[in-house]
Amino acid sequence: MRGATHARWAALAAAAALTATACGGGGSGSGSGDGGAVLSSSWGDPQNPLEPANTNEVQGGKVLDMIFRSLKKYNPETGAAEDMLAEKIDTTDSQNFTVTVKDGWTFSNGEKVTAKSFVDAWNYGASLKNNQKNAYFFQYIDGYAQVHPDGGTQSADTLSGLKVVNDKTFTVKLTQKFSTFPDTLGYPAFAPLPQAFFSDHAGWLKKPVGNGPYTIDSYTKGSQMALKKWDGYPGDDKAQNGGVTLKVYTDNNTAYTDLLAGNLDLVDDVPAAQLKNVKADLGDRYLNTPAGIIQTLAFPFYDPKWNTAGSAKVRTGLSRAIDRKQITETIFQNTRTPASDWTSPVLGEEGGFKKGLCGDACDYDPAAAKQLIKEGGGLPGGQVKITYNADTGSHKQWVDAVCNSINNALGNDKACVGNPVGTFADFRTQIGDRKMSGPFRAGWQMDYPLIQNFLQPLYYTNASSNDGKWSNKQFDSLVNQANTETDTAKAVQLFQQAEGVVRDNMAAIPLWYQNGSAGYSERLSGVKLNPFSVPVYNEIKVG
Amino acid sequence: MPEPTPPEHHLPGAGRTPEDGAIADTGMGGAMDLATAEGETLEGKPGGPPGTGPSGRDAGGASGERARSLWSDAWRDLRRNPVFIIAALVILFLVFISLWPSSITWMSPLKCQLSKAQEGSQPGHPFGFDGQGCDVYTRVVYGARTSVTVGVLATLGVALFGSVLGGLAGFFGGAWDSLLSRITDVFFAIPVVLGGLVLLSVVTSNTVWPVIGFMVLLGWPQISRIARGSVITAKQNDYVQAARSLGASNSRLLLRHITPNAVAPVIVVATIALGTYIALEATLSYLGVGLKPPTVSWGIDISAASPYIRNAPHALLWPSGALAVTVLAFIMLGDAVRDALDPKLR
Amino acid sequence: MGRYVIRRLLQMIPVFIGATLLIFLMVNVMGDPIAGLCGDRQCDPATAAQLKKEFGLDKPVWQQYLTYMGNVFTGDFGTAFNGQPVTELMASAFPVTIRLTIVAILFEIVIGIALGVVTGLRRGRPVDTGVLLLTLVVISVPTFVTGLLLQLLLGVQWGWIKPSVSTEATFGELIVPGLVLASVSLAYVTRLTRTSIAENKRSDYVRTAVAKGLPRRRVVTRHLLRNSLIPVVTFIGTDIGALMGGAIVTERIFNIHGVGFQLYQGILRQNTQTVVGFVTVLVLVFLVANLLVDLLYAVLDPRIRYA
Repeated sequence: MRGATHARWAALAAAAALTATACGGGGSGSGSGDGGAVLSSSWGDPQNPLEPANTNEVQGGKVLDMIFRSLKKYNPETGAAEDMLAEKIDTTDSQNFTVTVKDGWTFSNGEKVTAKSFVDAWNYGASLKNNQKNAYFFQYIDGYAQVHPDGGTQSADTLSGLKVVNDKTFTVKLTQKFSTFPDTLGYPAFAPLPQAFFSDHAGWLKKPVGNGPYTIDSYTKGSQMALKKWDGYPGDDKAQNGGVTLKVYTDNNTAYTDLLAGNLDLVDDVPAAQLKNVKADLGDRYLNTPAGIIQTLAFPFYDPKWNTAGSAKVRTGLSRAIDRKQITETIFQNTRTPASDWTSPVLGEEGGFKKGLCGDACDYDPAAAKQLIKEGGGLPGGQVKITYNADTGSHKQWVDAVCNSINNALGNDKACVGNPVGTFADFRTQIGDRKMSGPFRAGWQMDYPLIQNFLQPLYYTNASSNDGKWSNKQFDSLVNQANTETDTAKAVQLFQQAEGVVRDNMAAIPLWYQNGSAGYSERLSGVKLNPFSVPVYNEIKVG
Repeated sequence: MPEPTPPEHHLPGAGRTPEDGAIADTGMGGAMDLATAEGETLEGKPGGPPGTGPSGRDAGGASGERARSLWSDAWRDLRRNPVFIIAALVILFLVFISLWPSSITWMSPLKCQLSKAQEGSQPGHPFGFDGQGCDVYTRVVYGARTSVTVGVLATLGVALFGSVLGGLAGFFGGAWDSLLSRITDVFFAIPVVLGGLVLLSVVTSNTVWPVIGFMVLLGWPQISRIARGSVITAKQNDYVQAARSLGASNSRLLLRHITPNAVAPVIVVATIALGTYIALEATLSYLGVGLKPPTVSWGIDISAASPYIRNAPHALLWPSGALAVTVLAFIMLGDAVRDALDPKLR
Repeated sequence: MGRYVIRRLLQMIPVFIGATLLIFLMVNVMGDPIAGLCGDRQCDPATAAQLKKEFGLDKPVWQQYLTYMGNVFTGDFGTAFNGQPVTELMASAFPVTIRLTIVAILFEIVIGIALGVVTGLRRGRPVDTGVLLLTLVVISVPTFVTGLLLQLLLGVQWGWIKPSVSTEATFGELIVPGLVLASVSLAYVTRLTRTSIAENKRSDYVRTAVAKGLPRRRVVTRHLLRNSLIPVVTFIGTDIGALMGGAIVTERIFNIHGVGFQLYQGILRQNTQTVVGFVTVLVLVFLVANLLVDLLYAVLDPRIRYA
């Protein structure tokens, strides 16, 4: 009964695995490998039906990543958005875009990928009646309010901002200027869909058909999915192996044991308890690479106690009472890195990651922490309770460690305690109902590798994931300016200024950047994880 | 514990022979190993014969002998049973450290240094450190209070509630039995996880009572079934039928004739259940609905140490060991009580 | 006897309705399941409302219950949140769990009763002490740890078994998981048998049988054991539910996609349809198991009669 569900869906944000993979085949792998051999990989049961605009967790995302290619793809190493199916995406005003689709692409059932494949798919994803959980990805497209009103019935079935010009071209009109819009198009919600999806929906769901390097050979819900290489795949990131069998595991520890016993080739989520043994067990067949995930502690700004003049000092004090280095070393065995800003290293310096942006406020200093909290008026109610959900991930461990660190710094055994909530749904409900009374766990996995995605959804007034309901005019206006800025470097600079506002108010305490970890068998080579912590399956060589 | 001190006296004809005394006497000599202790129980002469036993009080009341109830007989047997004495001492010790944990520790169980996580035994920290860098020895001592309270009270509650209801159902049968049995069926159907998440998540109090109440609520059907089964068997016995035909009242039948003969399985299940309730408390905490941090208990420490069995087995071993000793003490106690209640062994 | 069975079968109807209603209400009390479907993000209100409508969560609870029960009687147990029909989930989970339960119960019966008889006949001897110590280990070390260690030792170190159970979950693969699952119950069965045996060993009929010069084996099996089994049978009857619905730890460790695992997932995701569906079937299992236990009483002890 004790069972941390290691399904990552909860820890992760709406997005996940959207990678497309590097062009140029070969990859970095050594050895020639047997192009026909199939590898097996651990999997979890997808939480939602496998529709592109309905998949918001990593397990379903893995499959979409293999069977779909979108207009853009994110480079598995740099995370940069590169053209895939897009021949070009033109704009003059950052608001009206003309998309030209490359010739020669088909779905694995032979149907051509045309401009209509995209427009139909996007209309489907945005339409309220289809219950697509990622519908909000289309919110910047003109006509979204009619297709997906906040209440009542929809007054249109298709987005007025999407127009098919010809087989190869369509236009997109946005409701506002959004200079980096093309870079978001690598997200799987923007994938094209074949006609079969609309004509035989149930049949498609049983065995999805896409345009990626793999096709689904068989799918037994709840136990496994066999994907095989699609020989007719027109892209240049062809699969280097014969196929992938995804096996559903009830627990990532079992998958790990199976890997040790030689019954499984790839585990993309090494259980925390085994991290200490992983070197002894696997030697160098272990990956630990940065992923676009940051963990923070958010605060309830709707609670007057946390919204006083001095509370920013208290929050900064708490931040300084957390020994991030010790916790990431001991609890996470260096699979997480102490955070010193509010983005992620996978963005790279150019993309907006700035090490040390947090400055002193993220450095462990018990004396300063004690002083700051005292100056800020002390802990509200004399005690902070860190709320987290107990059913997924092993949050209890790090919350206890954070609390111990705070307690040690403040010299008070009861200054900080964990406050578990039974289920994730209940946790989310309490957040939605604004019932938090102290800091709570917040995790963010990027949807696409842009600094905008780490700031706007989380800290912009009334943004979709601004769970603490923080609101700051200066921040909002800086983000607005950045979004209209066409020069990327300038835009990034503006976003970093906005991030400075987050720091000065300590809107959320950054804890650590999460890495992706994976272990693999001796048969495999060329294994790597993309910035979304999903294995780059098509580059893996077997044999 | 009741303290009746009936006069001690043994009639030679009461089923004891001189050799028994000899054996028991050696046992009294202090060989406290379990096998010997149990061996004596086996032979069924736990008490010392007159004059050799430690409390071989004389009694003027030879004539009162016959009037003594089974229960006081049992008590007299118990006091002389070394198994019972050891068990009682262990339990007394547990009660002692539950009440005054600081008397044998020198640290706070909440003082943890993460840098020492999972380190082994060292001076001042005999049991080493757990995954959060807390001192295992201190936590084991402090954990006794919660774990023993939850285990003992939940077991008592379940055993009393379950065996009364089950016993009555088995004794009277008919419609009441059907009703009660069907209610237990419904209770069996509630998954522990669901019950915990629903019933305990609405409770905000951070005391052990909701947890104990929950265990009693979900635990009684099992004991109730066991008790019902044993009562159904016991009431078929000739002496029960005989007593009934002699006009004994229902309450007399139940208390005098059936309970002593039906109680054994209840004791057995209850003593083992005690251990599982201590573990269940951890499961509930794990689900986020049990005792909230910073509660210290064996169960919580065991479940926290479990995943790290490969790296730091000591963090699991000590709290598990404490749990095992506690369960052992209660199993021994249960065995002794059962033996004392069994006239066939007398 | 026949009438008794029919009466018991009729009693299943109210129990069935009561249990489903209770579980239905309990899952409902847990709150809004939709909130957990959108990851660490607020579901947008329109989609949330639409989803609620689709799963019928916008209606009053009593109406939801009536609709649900109506559907159940036509064999429709609803769909899980991932779009999979609950009947399909049950069809994949129950056969595996039933096999696992059979293995576990066989262990309980064979090993548990054998150890119980041995220790009951030899109270206080080393074998009794040894079994007692084993019992303590089983109670105080979580199944999670025993399962994990067995898996590592047998599956990885020595390579005797496959650490995880495949989708087919054949009886052979379920032996180790079954043993792990049965371990705590084994402790109960052993001690129950031991106590009964020790108690009955001194009873008149056993003395008589021995005095008649019957072979020891026959005395033990025909006279002693048969009369000692009632508490054991009762216990195993009550244990079936725990084995089938509560094997969460064992099922997770050995990758068994059984009832316990599905039920646990369903509860955490507050998926009423899955939970009520599974529990409904489990209730039927308890009812039948308890009926069988009661009938077995009469077989084991002919003095017990059912009118």
